[in-house]
Amino acid sequence: MSARNIFTRPARLAAIAPYLWMVLFFLVPFGFVLKISLSQTVIAQPPYAPVFDFSAGWTALKAAFGALSLDNFRLLVSDDLYVLSYARSLVVALASTAMLLLIGYPIAYGMARLPRRWQPVAMMLVIVPFWTSFLIRIYAWINILQHDGLLNRVLLALHVVSQPVVWLSTDSAMYLGIVYSYLPFMILPLYATLAKMEPALEEAGADLGASPFEVFWLVTFPLSLPGVGAGVLLCFIPIVGEFVIPDLLAGSDSLMIGQTLWLEFFTNKDWPVASAVAVVLLAVLLLPLLVYDRLQRRQLEEAR
Amino acid sequence: MAARVRRLSRFNIVSLTLGLVFLYLPIVILVVFSFNASRLVTVWGGWSLRWYRELFNDSAMIEAAWMSLRVAATSASIATLLGTLAAVALSRGEGFKGRTLFSGMLYAPLVMPEVITGLSLLLLFVAINAERGFWTVTIAHTTLTMCFVAVVVQSRLGSLDKSLEEAAMDLGCSPPRAFLAVTRPLIVPAIVAGWMLAFTLSLDDLVIASFTTGPGAATLPIRIYSEVRLGVKPEINAICTLVIALIAVVIIVASLVAKLSSVKGESAAPL
Repeated sequence: MSARNIFTRPARLAAIAPYLWMVLFFLVPFGFVLKISLSQTVIAQPPYAPVFDFSAGWTALKAAFGALSLDNFRLLVSDDLYVLSYARSLVVALASTAMLLLIGYPIAYGMARLPRRWQPVAMMLVIVPFWTSFLIRIYAWINILQHDGLLNRVLLALHVVSQPVVWLSTDSAMYLGIVYSYLPFMILPLYATLAKMEPALEEAGADLGASPFEVFWLVTFPLSLPGVGAGVLLCFIPIVGEFVIPDLLAGSDSLMIGQTLWLEFFTNKDWPVASAVAVVLLAVLLLPLLVYDRLQRRQLEEAR
Repeated sequence: MAARVRRLSRFNIVSLTLGLVFLYLPIVILVVFSFNASRLVTVWGGWSLRWYRELFNDSAMIEAAWMSLRVAATSASIATLLGTLAAVALSRGEGFKGRTLFSGMLYAPLVMPEVITGLSLLLLFVAINAERGFWTVTIAHTTLTMCFVAVVVQSRLGSLDKSLEEAAMDLGCSPPRAFLAVTRPLIVPAIVAGWMLAFTLSLDDLVIASFTTGPGAATLPIRIYSEVRLGVKPEINAICTLVIALIAVVIIVASLVAKLSSVKGESAAPL
């Protein structure tokens, strides 16, 4: 007798409410972003010309289709500001994901090596900072990095530097903030695969005469690749669209795309251009999103 | 020989220690300096509760904190209900129509840049002429956090031994009854953890709330953000410390509840 078949119907009924919710508040809103990215900017409230007015009937609808414009997208490719923002976002996301992997892997590896009873404690210790607010953690770094902040005071007291160093509003501060904020997202999937790994495989490698480094590089690392993939995507995708960290820690001379979108929306009140920026950003992230979706699904469902 | 590979090397210990110091030191510094008597954020002037007193006279900050707490509690509760239903559907309902789309919609918001989620929800609210404020932020946060709840509960459901449910049904339980009597107590800890995660994520969110709120309905992160842009102030250290303390209490209470209910669930299972 298959329990699954019996379960199927009530379980499907359970899907109805969350399904409707996600269609209404996740899927449909993208339609509005697309629609408004194709409309003209006007100085009004809300600041865009309506594209579809269903009350006006079929002829008006046909006219509306004629009024759709790709002007906002043309602006995106013709103005350096946007192209540079996208490029900077991708570069920052790639570089910081690489740093996260280099820093997170040894920590996850250390966790997986702890005695069994210590591992949940270590995992808790990594998760807890993730529960504290993102904004608060960035603010904590501003405390340390500002002109008369703790870091400069320590460096001056130790005579490492003779003048206070400018840390805030630099790319280094931004990378530090990103690595700090996203570190748990990199560590946890890495730890999950490393902890599941059969120790006998590494032992076999060592018994066959491999050096500890060879054991790591030829046995451990290849087996941990699913965790590497999950960690990389979990960090890379949101970092591309990051707003808070570059806004508070980086200088204002070059912007990431999340900041550009924010600026268009809140400062310039140009909703159509902000929407176009979002549509292109989504298109850029579509491939990594699809890969992430597959990984996530496989990981959650292979236990079934 | 074999033990040598498995043992914790010095490299392992050093990287673990450095990693944890890196994660915790800034937070510790922030908390300590919230009790600083000096106005200068980096000069130690002795212990004092001065900034907490000033904070309680800042009515805009108090109002924002109250708004955030209400949004977080409401959205976490709705998100826990919807997220748990979604998790049950995904792990116990085989291949229904649109299942791929369903799981895609649930996993995508976990990594979707917040500026996109925030902007798209705002455009929806404007299009349907919703008055922006408490409910729009709550709906936006529910949408984001129910996905986290779904993943937490689904991974717990996936790790359960299915033979327990099958045994209950062999003994004459209907499937829903078997689920409620056998499975539900076992997933309560995951549901509690999901609520807790949803609550703190909502309390934390700046970007989505900035897009979806209206005039006069600032949440705590929005207030903190506008103050932080003007520079470091000891009052901000104080409010941040209070938020950290609140989250710590939520985590402790929730893990106690989870522990108690899971013990109860295990003792009820043999009946």
